[in-house]
Amino acid sequence: MAPKITRADVEHVAQLARLALTEDEIAALTGELGVILEYAAEVSALEIDDVPPTAHPLPLVNVLRADEVRPVLDRDEVLEQAPAAEDGRFRVPRIMGEAP
Amino acid sequence: MTDTALELAADVRAGRRSAREVVDEHLAAIDARDAELHAFNHVMVDGARAAADAVDVSVAQGDDPGALAGVPIALKDNLCTRAVPTTCSSRILDGWRPPYTATVVDRIAAAGGIPIGKTNLDEFAMGSSTENSAFGPTRNPHDPTRVPGGSSGGSAAAVAAGFAPLALGSDTGGSVRQPAALCGVVGVKPTYGAVSRYGLIAFASSLDQIGPIATTVTDAALLLEIVAGHDPLDSTAIAEPAPRLRDVLDEGVAGLRIGIVEELTDAEGIRPEVVAAVEDAARALEKGGATVDRVAVPSATYGLSAYYLIAPAEASSNLARYDGVRYGLRVEGDDAAAMNAKTRDAGFGAEVKRRIMLGTYALSAGYYDAYYGQAQRVRTLIIRDFNRAYDTFDALVSPTSPTTAFELGAKTTDPLAMYLSDVCTIPSNLAGHAAMSVPYGAGADGLPIGVQVLAPALGEPVMFRVAKVIEDASP
Repeated sequence: MAPKITRADVEHVAQLARLALTEDEIAALTGELGVILEYAAEVSALEIDDVPPTAHPLPLVNVLRADEVRPVLDRDEVLEQAPAAEDGRFRVPRIMGEAP
Repeated sequence: MTDTALELAADVRAGRRSAREVVDEHLAAIDARDAELHAFNHVMVDGARAAADAVDVSVAQGDDPGALAGVPIALKDNLCTRAVPTTCSSRILDGWRPPYTATVVDRIAAAGGIPIGKTNLDEFAMGSSTENSAFGPTRNPHDPTRVPGGSSGGSAAAVAAGFAPLALGSDTGGSVRQPAALCGVVGVKPTYGAVSRYGLIAFASSLDQIGPIATTVTDAALLLEIVAGHDPLDSTAIAEPAPRLRDVLDEGVAGLRIGIVEELTDAEGIRPEVVAAVEDAARALEKGGATVDRVAVPSATYGLSAYYLIAPAEASSNLARYDGVRYGLRVEGDDAAAMNAKTRDAGFGAEVKRRIMLGTYALSAGYYDAYYGQAQRVRTLIIRDFNRAYDTFDALVSPTSPTTAFELGAKTTDPLAMYLSDVCTIPSNLAGHAAMSVPYGAGADGLPIGVQVLAPALGEPVMFRVAKVIEDASP
């Protein structure tokens, strides 16, 4: 059974997903997520604990290469696409509060 | 513009036509009709002409420019092209110019192919109608009141409209095959790992695969041969050379065992005329010497539910990178977290947010096992059921899409109804197997129907043989 999706759930998940949703979006998603999860609940209800999960269709192996210096992306070309850059780096707003 | 890619390349290589002339003809076709259809987000007018001129110089010097010499190729706008806008049809990447090029695009260019433009898609490939594009929908060339399917709707429409004989799309749950079916062209989802994804902007990494769209099975084989094969830049690319497909295309189906997948043919919502087309195509295979029987793949019925947990979960992780720091849109906020959240709300459209929310929920503490974990177990069941079917059958057939192209707006207010468009195509992505859609006749509305051919992992050669017989028998 899919648990009922509440407005508080949507606000919590939006915070985890870093989405500053509007009031209208929160209201719409509260209903929509419930409907989709109810449909998806048919897989939750299956008794298949003994079946191993498949994370990936191929058996992935770690790929290694020699640790050699070689050309990579051009720094200036990359930074030119950034919303803000300074001194050869990405510029971002403050991450932590003022020092006490 | 009825020439196939194979014919165009042969003419250009032999000096009978110039690549420039071929490209200019296709640019003129785009100019004449793309304002109506909106297959392209960006037409690479100067780049295509310059590439064509280079091909012509090479031919004049007596060199062979390659198997795709002078052939215009449309690229889904989630394939990175250096210094050329690459948007994923999202506001969040509007104006971005990638600093590198996808491996598949490099391989096309190395074979003399001409990237001619970037095609419209559902934002970040999330959708089945191309109506989720931030830049407006693409229209179906067969009937502009109808959708072209999606998410590679721009690529399928471009090929169907004669804007390019070949295109590349990406297929996470049917996004190459379903639009190919709705636009009456051939669309292939290769085996997971058969084609490098370096430079494909990620949606759901355990499902995404790049595939060709073409007017003929032979042209699709030609393009797949060029873009497939190992790439050290993609750790999921299988360490095998590209398959030789055109060599086996005409081997026919005598002696092959073909199964009609019951769960993907008898399912609710699949139109009788679509089922009739699949059964008719199966009879053509029988006439070609194959044995045809029905086969059960019981867990395929859980494919859609499992997909709508796995794909959004992976998308929520992949799309975390759009944070307003390194590329694309930024909406300022008081601190970094507020900037991230405001940027993402402003930059993503409704369907992308819906899936990020769904995926974040399905991965969140307390729900992981019940949703994502459980969906991954279902994935194992689907793989087991398909493998069991392939013990007895060489290839399988089913409908590609439950219906022909639907009207614009018909499903935009009901996400679940839209998701059901992919019910027949999703199981192959979950299994990592090969599958393709071949046009087979039309419905009562006159719009194309697609028949899906499914094959096991690396089963492309047999899949293309089956597809060729179906194509030759198509009414």
